[in-house]
Amino acid sequence: MSIALEHYLTVAAALFVIGIFGIFLNRKNVIVILMSIELMLLAVNINLVAFSAYLGDLTGQIFTLFVLTVAAAEAAIGLAILVCFFRNRGTIAVEDVNVMKG
Amino acid sequence: MFASDIAILLPEIILSVFAMAGLIAAVYTSKDGMAPALVWITAALLALMGIYIGLTGEGTQVAFDGMFINDGFARFAKVVILLSAAAILLIGKDFMQRDDLLRFEYPVLIVLATVGMMVMVSSGNLMTLYMGLELQSLSLYVVAAMRRDSVRSTEAGLKYFVLGALSSGILLYGASLTYGFAGTADFAGIVAALEGGASLGLIFGLAFMVAGLAFKVSAAPFHMWTPDVYEGSPTPVTAFFATAPKMAAMALLARLAHDAFGSVVGDWQQIVALLAVLSMFLGAIAAIGQTDIKRLMAYSSISHMGFALMGLAAGTEQGVSAMLIYMAIYVTMNVGTFAFILSMQKDGRHITNISSLNAFSTKEPIKAMALLVLMFSLAGVPPMVGFFGKYAVLLAAVDAGLNLVAILGVVASVIGAFYYLRIVYFMYFGEEREGIDGKMSPLAYAGLMAAAAIMLLGVFNLFGVDGLAEAAAATLVR
Repeated sequence: MSIALEHYLTVAAALFVIGIFGIFLNRKNVIVILMSIELMLLAVNINLVAFSAYLGDLTGQIFTLFVLTVAAAEAAIGLAILVCFFRNRGTIAVEDVNVMKG
Repeated sequence: MFASDIAILLPEIILSVFAMAGLIAAVYTSKDGMAPALVWITAALLALMGIYIGLTGEGTQVAFDGMFINDGFARFAKVVILLSAAAILLIGKDFMQRDDLLRFEYPVLIVLATVGMMVMVSSGNLMTLYMGLELQSLSLYVVAAMRRDSVRSTEAGLKYFVLGALSSGILLYGASLTYGFAGTADFAGIVAALEGGASLGLIFGLAFMVAGLAFKVSAAPFHMWTPDVYEGSPTPVTAFFATAPKMAAMALLARLAHDAFGSVVGDWQQIVALLAVLSMFLGAIAAIGQTDIKRLMAYSSISHMGFALMGLAAGTEQGVSAMLIYMAIYVTMNVGTFAFILSMQKDGRHITNISSLNAFSTKEPIKAMALLVLMFSLAGVPPMVGFFGKYAVLLAAVDAGLNLVAILGVVASVIGAFYYLRIVYFMYFGEEREGIDGKMSPLAYAGLMAAAAIMLLGVFNLFGVDGLAEAAAATLVR
């Protein structure tokens, strides 16, 4: 049995859903949310590379490089904001991000 | 070929180079001491670019093999974005200085966010779309957490970051599906692939992308970050969030809907109409119980986004032009309103409680009158310009056969009028209490008065915005 496009798409969809659930169901730590965001972006990368190979078109792989770069920048900014938050609040537990009710 | 591409991108390149040069110059000289001058220069440059884009450029120019489109629609959106960004920088300058927040990174980040927005509205490819969106979003996350020593500001930044990253992820997943099932990332290619109906994969891609962009325009049910981020961010930053990024995200949604998915209008029309109805009602109802004016403006912006989406939901050229008129008016009203909110202070401290406006009219009749005009305009009361925006989108919806959506829009508008009029009630008939001082910096005063004057004088011909919006919409919808 060979690995076809559907298999890649299934794995990517599963990873993406795990990422989303990681953000919404996680009640512990903001770091876990950052990891979930990375997971979502990696799921997208699998999708893009799989489509790129399937279509024989390089665009998807170029797109992946851009996504990777942006993901790195995003993680850096997220961690920086988290450090500022920790200095003020003394905690990064999700349930403590509640000064404002929304 | 390459030189002509560069020429089309010239405003974006100038602004990017300026941002980097400003950063380096400030680091190597007096750091934050340079910030006030940098704000002036930045605002002047943004306004200059806005005027330059407004006066030059003819027809539709395409750069980098269709990745970047400079058409009338993009130019209209860019002029609104650039001028509002310049205005917000100026009216917020004294506030930032007073609160010791005016760091040199602030104008630089605003410029970078603005460049991101300009790329967004000009995008002709999923990659350009994503890069523009992220450049804007990443800059905005940082400015939301600008007040580093405040729990509220950093919490606002954190919440904005988490939900913004989630929405980017959703949008990107939709983009990957769209790319895969259309076989190309170019909007022109996607439209061609959609001839003769959309496949299931493309419908999924479309739904994910619309959901991701609905986060960015804070349309219900993806609005939950808005009130907290508006409340927690420093007020000049809130003012910025309420204006330029909304215009950019709405224009991007219109471009995606018409440029990439223009051949399957029926498929996205229902989603956008549902978002519009939910936003209008949620914004109108949830704002009633608010006591903090920044939270109130957050719900107000959700409701206004609902009306703008209603124009888009029409799926016609008229709808896009109504949306552009609505957004231009909305941005102007918000600049004026936030100019007032920025100067709400008592004994040198910024307060945002609505009840502090009690009996404000006896102290400062002229400013109260200006705010009254803006509130009436936000509510859409007929003589003011705000009414014409609502009229345009309602007319577009009715002409497109969305009668139910239009009727619901009118109902939501009536409900929404309550909380705007409540502010007016507090100002004129509220019990005399310890209220705000009523002092305003000259720049904020000018912003408030100019916006109020536009709301009154614009009733004659809307300053020609409707004609420009029609011409802009004609270049997008083919």
